[in-house]
Amino acid sequence: MPPHDIPHEYSDHGSAGPRHDPTASDSSRRSLRIGIGGPVGSGKTTLVGSLCALLRDQLSVVVVTNDIFTSEDADALRAAAVLPTERIVAVETGCCPHTAIRDDIAANLDAVEELEALHGDVDLTLVESGGDNLTAIFSRGLVDVQIFVLDTAGGDDVPRKGGPGVAMADLLVINKVDLAPHVGADVDRMLSDARERRDGGLVIPTSLVDQAGAQPVADWIGQQIGRRVTS
Amino acid sequence: MNSSLLMLVDGRFPAGGHTNSAGVESAVRIGDVSDDVTLEHYLSGRLATTGMVDAAFAAHTAATVHPTEEKLNDLDDEYSARTPSPTLRDVSRRFGRQMLRAGAPIWSSPTIDALVSRTGGVHQPMALGALVGAAGGSPHEAAQLAFHHLSAAVTSAAIRLIGLDPMAVAGVQARVGLMVDEWSIDADRWASSRPATLPASGGSLTDILAEDHARWDARLFVA
Repeated sequence: MPPHDIPHEYSDHGSAGPRHDPTASDSSRRSLRIGIGGPVGSGKTTLVGSLCALLRDQLSVVVVTNDIFTSEDADALRAAAVLPTERIVAVETGCCPHTAIRDDIAANLDAVEELEALHGDVDLTLVESGGDNLTAIFSRGLVDVQIFVLDTAGGDDVPRKGGPGVAMADLLVINKVDLAPHVGADVDRMLSDARERRDGGLVIPTSLVDQAGAQPVADWIGQQIGRRVTS
Repeated sequence: MNSSLLMLVDGRFPAGGHTNSAGVESAVRIGDVSDDVTLEHYLSGRLATTGMVDAAFAAHTAATVHPTEEKLNDLDDEYSARTPSPTLRDVSRRFGRQMLRAGAPIWSSPTIDALVSRTGGVHQPMALGALVGAAGGSPHEAAQLAFHHLSAAVTSAAIRLIGLDPMAVAGVQARVGLMVDEWSIDADRWASSRPATLPASGGSLTDILAEDHARWDARLFVA
């Protein structure tokens, strides 16, 4: 209803119009928030587990998982004991993992802020999306930078197909390169297609058979944190 | 209804509503919701019970100006008393927090400021009511939006969980909406009632299933 129709007793609510957002700047936040997305089975949880193992001695790390069923990925990370249980939280995504990281980030933001407040000293917050399709991308309201993970065995034409995750993620990881000979995938072609789609953006091939395979990604994260501290 | 109010009930408003099935995930599992007909029964039941309570508290809060701490505590206590399940009380506060996080940077009022700074959090219908009030809406509109909020959560969750025909479900939502429109007429009375006398309808299965749902190993929705 137009304002003049509002009964007098309900009209004293302060400003009736939208106000500018005084909290938009969040520069005081310490933690670097990284989104990790990619199709089902591409190795997101294994990557998160490996990164936690490689970084937990130098950094205060927390993880939010978004598996389609609440607790699968969180349970896998807890079972692997890569972090103490209280540093891993699972978020329900209402059957729509891409909505929860892109369109309506409320549940994830709630979990991230709670974890960061609970632990106080958090340096790195990893948000792992539920397995999704190639159009998924993280909102800038939820994460500072994002990693997109592809599976070598998921089809070596996927980087060429592109999509927002492949093209726009800050880092593209082509995982399970050790499987290439078994599935007839051409890793060199995947890497060159990906670089073309990404206008030369960074692409890292990985094999996560052991945790050390994630070291190049851990090093990249270290650079991101360093850049944030000095900027 | 103005553009701000339309935003507040749009499913795209980023307040986490898409993660709430309003009990449909449990109802599907026990066979209470399996097709359009049973969905309509479920939706009508929820709107007449928890929906009525939510609408009344949203309407009351929309009309609340410069609330004291005591006043907000009273409202919070009364809503909590109408929500026997501890899980649903937690879920309500979670959605209240998410709604204020999304709405408080956009719309302002003394009521919103008081709710944002309140220790212990805020139930969702109070957050919605406060935002509706600040956005220029009446108690009647707050009640309508609260009903619509529940109706949208139930119907969209049913579509996602069991693949019902979205055209048929839209028909269900429209039919049930006509019924609910008549109940919203009470909003002005709710706005001026003491919180203790606001509707207190409920269904025990709602609370029992919510407690059970919270103990599942694998959930798709918060509740």
